[in-house]
Amino acid sequence: MAGWVLLGLVVVLVLWAIVSYNSLVGLRNQVKNAWNQIDVQLKRRYDLIPNLVEVVKGYMSFEQETLQKVIQARNMAMQAQGPRAQAEAEGMLTGALKSLFALVESYPDLKANQNVSRLQEELTSTENKIAFARQFYNDSVMGYNNTIQMFPSNLIAGSFQFSAEEFFHVAEAEKAPVKVNLR
Amino acid sequence: MPSAAVPCPHCGYENRPGELTCNLCGAVLARQQSGGLTHAAPATSIPTTVTSARPAPATPASRRDFFVEIAANQRRSILLIGAVAGLLILLGSVIGEAVALNGWPIGLGFAVVVAVIIGLTSYFQGSAIVLAASNARPVTREAEPQLYNIVEEMAIAAGLPAPAVYLIDDTAPNAFATGRDPSHAAITVTRGLLDKLNREELQGVIGHEMSHVRNLDIRFSMLVAILVGSIVLFCDLFLRSFRFGRLGRDRRGALPFVLLAALLAIVAPLFAMLLQMAISRRREFLADASSVQLTRNPLGLANALAKIAGDPEPLEAANRATQHLYIVNPLKVFGMNASALMSTHPSTEARIKILRSMA
Repeated sequence: MAGWVLLGLVVVLVLWAIVSYNSLVGLRNQVKNAWNQIDVQLKRRYDLIPNLVEVVKGYMSFEQETLQKVIQARNMAMQAQGPRAQAEAEGMLTGALKSLFALVESYPDLKANQNVSRLQEELTSTENKIAFARQFYNDSVMGYNNTIQMFPSNLIAGSFQFSAEEFFHVAEAEKAPVKVNLR
Repeated sequence: MPSAAVPCPHCGYENRPGELTCNLCGAVLARQQSGGLTHAAPATSIPTTVTSARPAPATPASRRDFFVEIAANQRRSILLIGAVAGLLILLGSVIGEAVALNGWPIGLGFAVVVAVIIGLTSYFQGSAIVLAASNARPVTREAEPQLYNIVEEMAIAAGLPAPAVYLIDDTAPNAFATGRDPSHAAITVTRGLLDKLNREELQGVIGHEMSHVRNLDIRFSMLVAILVGSIVLFCDLFLRSFRFGRLGRDRRGALPFVLLAALLAIVAPLFAMLLQMAISRRREFLADASSVQLTRNPLGLANALAKIAGDPEPLEAANRATQHLYIVNPLKVFGMNASALMSTHPSTEARIKILRSMA
């Protein structure tokens, strides 16, 4: 009798271990997937910027400085190594784009241009997607880390070397208000 | 948990504890101090307000809300299909027995086959039926790039695959989501919604619909529309044609029709009531709150709701079977406050007030 009870307990324990191991793997993959989603959107932004600059160039020839800054920021962001440098470069790119959009507002011809408004919508949406992807990444990390650190799932996490993931922090440069130089 | 009724400050109606708005008049109730479940109220599941001195629950509050809601919707869907199948089988057996002595097994056999067909059709083809009944047509990315972008943004924020996008050519602003699961979901908006709302407001509306997708509200409300709504529509149609059409005037052989009409007259309001009860106001509040959690912008949705509710045009494509799907009830029959008792939606005023209080 006692033997059966013991056996039952062992079976329940093993089943529980399998279920929590699988859910940990699922959560870890979700975190990875969320991170990749950010990269997809960042890459899309790099691709869109040259198009926008090309279209805008003809209209705002005397705003070369702003355009230069956007291109420069884009190239720097593409080459940035490591999360910290990348976050900083991305922040600068966002700032440069915002000043460009602010300038577009003051050119009626440009605002009326279908291509420009379409590209502007695409870039706005891509910026939003980057932000939402980061938001989802952080939510996923929180869910994963909670599961890893809380009892009793921490027992499984500990024995199979699941380690906590890092949150995405907004770079200081991105928090600062955008400076728009209208002269 | 102590469960003292909460009197409404506006009309005095005794509400159950935990309700956000008065069940009778829709007025916003004062925030209760001794809530049973700390995070039961959807309005408190926004991350910015979750920071409490108490140790955090096992999972983030919002996360748990979703899981509870998803499980409840799965349960409700199975229950609904089971109830309709049971009713059909009972009906089949009775008819079989009435037609011939000991004829019930044949009736039962027929009924089982019909029940299986209806069950499978409503589950797998339900969204197609709902979309067709609403005159919705699929739109391409080229035709509506901004709408597509917003839908994709909200899908990313919710961590779900991007749903299909449909459009209804109607100037009344409204929107709904349908489908059997997040991988087979469709979000539908009207032309009026695109014309009258700005980007932020549209984002709030799509966020609301995406929350319905994530919580599996879409599955249950789709089944309700197909299984219960179609019966109500049929009853409406039949009774109307009986009252005004040729059926009533034809004296010969009219008795079976009279009996059927009498039966339907009893059944129809029962099913209509079922339709109303099936849709909880709680899930609309939860979808509003989840939308804010996705967009982090309560004012966008608040302004959108104000615009949609304030628009005087009725939506022609909506009917009694599909009204509960929409973000704001498209059948503008009831007054704002009168709707509280019989409505499928909370009063829009109350929703807007709650959203504004988050900002």
